Formats: sequence, C-alpha cells, structure tokens
Amino acid sequence: MLELAIKGSRRYWSWVIFLLAIISTGVISYLYQFRVGLGITGMSRDVSWGLYIGQFTYLVGVAASAVTIVLPYYLHNYKKYGRIAILGEFVAVPSVIMCMLFIFVDLGQPLRVLNVLLHPTPNSVMFFDMIVLSGYLFLNILCGWYVLGAERKGVPPAAWIKPFIIIAICWAPSIHIVTAFLYQGLPGRHYWLTAIMAAKFLSSAFASGPSLLIIISLILRKFTRFDAGWDAIQTMAKTAAYFLIATIAFYLFEVFTAFYSNIPGHMHPIKYLFVGIHGHTKLVPVMWTCTLLLAIALPILIIPKARKNEKALGFAAVATFIALWLEKGISLVVGGFVPNPFEKVVEYWPTLPEVLIALGVWGIGFFILTILYKVAISVKEEVIFDKYGERQIRAE
Amino acid sequence: MSTSRRQFLKMIGASAVIGLGGISAFEILQPGQFEASQLSKNPEALVGKRWGMVIDMKKLDNETMQKCIDACHRIHNVPNIDNPKEEIKWIWPETFEHAFPGMESKYMSEEIEHMQFLVLCNQCDNPPCVRVCPTKATFKRADGIVMMDMHRCIGCRFCMAACPFGARSFNWRNPRPFIKEENREYPTRMKGVVEKCTLCYERLAKGLKPACVEESNGALIFGDLDDPNSEIRKVLREHYTIRRKSELGTEPSIYYII
Repeated sequence: MLELAIKGSRRYWSWVIFLLAIISTGVISYLYQFRVGLGITGMSRDVSWGLYIGQFTYLVGVAASAVTIVLPYYLHNYKKYGRIAILGEFVAVPSVIMCMLFIFVDLGQPLRVLNVLLHPTPNSVMFFDMIVLSGYLFLNILCGWYVLGAERKGVPPAAWIKPFIIIAICWAPSIHIVTAFLYQGLPGRHYWLTAIMAAKFLSSAFASGPSLLIIISLILRKFTRFDAGWDAIQTMAKTAAYFLIATIAFYLFEVFTAFYSNIPGHMHPIKYLFVGIHGHTKLVPVMWTCTLLLAIALPILIIPKARKNEKALGFAAVATFIALWLEKGISLVVGGFVPNPFEKVVEYWPTLPEVLIALGVWGIGFFILTILYKVAISVKEEVIFDKYGERQIRAE
Repeated sequence: MSTSRRQFLKMIGASAVIGLGGISAFEILQPGQFEASQLSKNPEALVGKRWGMVIDMKKLDNETMQKCIDACHRIHNVPNIDNPKEEIKWIWPETFEHAFPGMESKYMSEEIEHMQFLVLCNQCDNPPCVRVCPTKATFKRADGIVMMDMHRCIGCRFCMAACPFGARSFNWRNPRPFIKEENREYPTRMKGVVEKCTLCYERLAKGLKPACVEESNGALIFGDLDDPNSEIRKVLREHYTIRRKSELGTEPSIYYII
C-alpha cells in the first residue's frame, strides 16, 4: 500500500518538502548538540528536564487518545467512527515515535541508549515506560495497517486481528499511567507528588487527542475528498468537552489541596506558574495564555449551538490542543523543578537550537503522519462505502 | 601482502602460547601477586557496614569548610565552571533555610540563620536516585555508599529529578577544559553523564578517610553507623543531631550538630 504515498498532488509534495526542510534544520541542530552536549539547551543543574521531556509527556497523551475513537468503534459498535478509527490509530504511531525520539534527544550519552536493554532494571519506571511505548507502537502499526489493507481489498478484517485490537485498547491508558508514574513517585517534588497525576494525564490526553483529530478531520474535509463525517466530528468534540471539564476540575482540586492546606512547598510551584516568585515570572504568560484559551474553548465545546458551528469548533479544537500543550508540554515539567530542592528559583527557557531540535522531531512526526494518512486517505477515496455502508467521500 | 589462512592460524596459535606463557612467567617470578592484585582487597582498606558522617557545625568555620570543598574538588577533578546553570559540585555551602527548607522559623537565632552549612550527597539508605535509574548506573554498595558508574550512565537525568537534596550534577558540556590541575590518580568525566560525591570510596579502599574529613580538623566525623562502638555512634549518642528532609524517608546518612 505504501506506493500510494509517492503519488500525490503538488500541494502534497510542497507539504512534504516543507516538512523535510524542518527536519533537516532539526537534524543539523541535533548534530550541534551531539558535539557540544546538552549545554546548548536552556536546562540547568536545577531544571534538569525541559522542552524535550515535556514534548514526550504531551505526546504520550496524544498517542493514548487514539483509544477515544477505537474503543467506541470496536467495543460499543459506534458506527459513525468507522471511517476515522484508522485515523486515530495512525495518530498513535507517529506520536509514539516522537515520544521515543524526544527521549533520545534528551540523553546526555545517546550512544549508550541500549544500556536500558542491556541492563534491564525493573525498579525503574523508565524501564516499564520503554516496554509500554514499544508495545503500543507495535499494536497500532499492526492493527492500523492490517485493517486498512482489508478495507482496500473490500473484505472484512480477519478474526485474528480482533484480540490485538482489544489488547491495544487496554494498552492505551497504560502508556499514560506509566508516564505519570515517572513523575508522581518522586520525593520532594511537590508539584508532581500527587496521586491524581495519572488521572490528570489521562483526562488531558483524552481532551487534546480528540481535538487534534477534529483539526485533522476539518483539514481533510477541506483539502481531500475524504469526509470523517459530521456526526463523528461532533462526537469527538463532546468527548473533548467532557475530558476538558475533568482536566480543569482536577487542576482545581490540586489548587485547593495546596492552598487550603497552606503547605508552602505545595503552594510554591503553583504560585510560580501563575504569579511568579520573587520577580521570577517566565512562565506566568504561558499559564495565563493556557487559562485564557481554555476559557474560550470550553464554552464552545459545551454549548451545542457553538459546537455545531464549524469555524467555532475548529477554533476551540486548536485552542484546546495548544492550551493543553502549554500546560503539559512546558509548565508541568518546569513546575516540578521550580523552586529547586533548596527552595531557590532558577528559571528555565528553551534556547533556539533546543527549539529547532524539538521542531525537527515534530517534523518527523508530521512526516510519518502525512505518509500514513496519505495511504489511508487514498484507500478511502477509492473505497466509497465502508463495511457499515457509510459513505467515505463527500458527494460533490 | 596477503596472509593465508594457514599463516593466520599459526600466528593465532603462537600468540596464544606466548600469552599463556607470559602469565605463567609472571606467576613464577612473583607468586600470588598477579591474582592477588586482581581479586583480594587491600588489607588496610577501611571496612564498614554502613558508612555515615556527622558534621559538627560548632567546630566548622567557613575557612575550614572551604578547605574541605577545595580538597574534594581538587582530588576528584571536579571542574570549576562559573556559570551556575552548568556548575558541577560535590560538596558546597548552603544557608540554613536552603539546606533545611521547612525547618527555618521566623524567630530563629540569626547566627544559625546565616550560618553556612556544608552539604553533599546524603548517601541515603533508601536512595530514590538508585530506585529510578534505568541502567543501574547509580547503585548502592553493601556499605551504604551510593555510587555512580560514569561509563554506564546514559544521561537521562532521572536521578536528578528524584534526588530531593539537589546533590547531583550533570556534565552539560565536556568538563575537561574547566579542570585547572588534573589529578592523574582519579578519572575525569566526559559530557553527558551525571556525577556526585561518592564518599571517597577510592580513598577508603586505600585505608584513608574521605578527603573532606581529613581536612576538617575534627569537625567532620566519619565512621560506621552500624558499629555501636564506633566514634561516630559515640558522637551521635552525645549530641542532638538533625538530618536534611528526614520526613521524606530516604534515611540520609549525613547528620548535623548545630
């Protein structure tokens, strides 16, 4: 099926070349980092994880969120998702690959990465993270590719794939729970030391993932003949709305715990993020932008009339995706490190090479996503009706 | 220039014979030495079940503290990097509120509030850094020393996130240009690995106490916490001591007399 990726319009090729340019800039910046060391980043002795690990944490959520589409489709037989189940699975593949790349670029000694396999250490959560991430990648490539192939041939998928689909559904939350455990089991890091970290991770993932799929569906509607289906898009928006409410509620619970208990260590990171400490306010604009975006996106997602407006919905999806990226991709990691173990404030801000490397990894992700989607969409543009008799492409 | 297979095999055979012969010759000339140096410990090595340290702040003045720091950093080739974001430190001073956050109070004695406390890796009994390391590059020895294997560290810095004492440093760049005078008896590090105080395990193996203890004029007491008759236990019995962040359950082995 891969041959479908090398036949495309001019617009498709310009997009691919654009991505390749971003990737090359990232690769060149990475070579610079590889030679000089992680000193080229904004990280420090006190904030020892930054943009890279933040992206990894965020993308784990995006990867896991495929389950919000796959689960209703396969377990509840929600037919409206028939057309886009594959799109959900194909978002998971590049997301997990990006997660792995972000861990890789964050290593001080990348050539030793195999030490994780050579010296398996089950007491380290990172060991389990490696297992769940690679397992999830395998499951999504297998299920997505196989089901799409069957669809192309016009036959229903064979029975043997079903157990793998069920396993993938059960597996999805694990990648997020294990990633939350990387943070929530550390002594002395008050911002992370909370039992609802995993719950917060899952809820924000299940809000940002569907938002991304809404954005993708709207783009595909505009530029290809493939139509995710208006009902499917609306259902995803409702999913995003409910999980966004949960995410905001969980955050407010944390704020209550910190401020009603009045324990300084628990209040400091939240104060740092929203108002700054001793004049250190680098992340304050980030948090307030996040808050503002959510304040606009949430009503749009909840109020039916607003949600049904395609432009408003598109805006709300973009706002949700960006806001949760600001929260999880940047402030969550830094908030854990500020103030440092000596109750001193050392701030973090990514440097240009660091941003270029991160963009490069995102570029690789979008490149893989583009290839997979090109294949999937080409198949779906050929196959007019799916097995439930739902029309795949717009009637012109 | 081509070597035939036959020649090659001959060469291998010959080198094997010479190699074995070399070892046996060594055995004849200096019996026992070859294996002894590889296998048995230095009989003079300091042996303890649970190493620990008491820092007597009543005896430790700033000048002595600086001597301890300098000695440690000099013999361990700790680079001197001015940029606080990239600095490497194994042992350094912090004021009371920073070394013991949460223990400071509004009306405490000004002397203690402004006193510089000597801080270093706490060599915890339950080290979170060891728990999280994905490659066992940081591990705990039987005698309680939390060690670093610089050759195995992949530089993920999970241990730095896990350490509640900020005791670990990372080589953000190649540290070698920042070493003024290299001590050839101790290895230097490369970029991309984490490092920290290892309680002078290499000196203990030679029968010497940690460098900071040696420089401290008796303000730092080093010994076996597991031995009830040791000097350190005597000091702990006689004085009220505190440990950093003991509420976290990591069981630090560094005690402070104020």
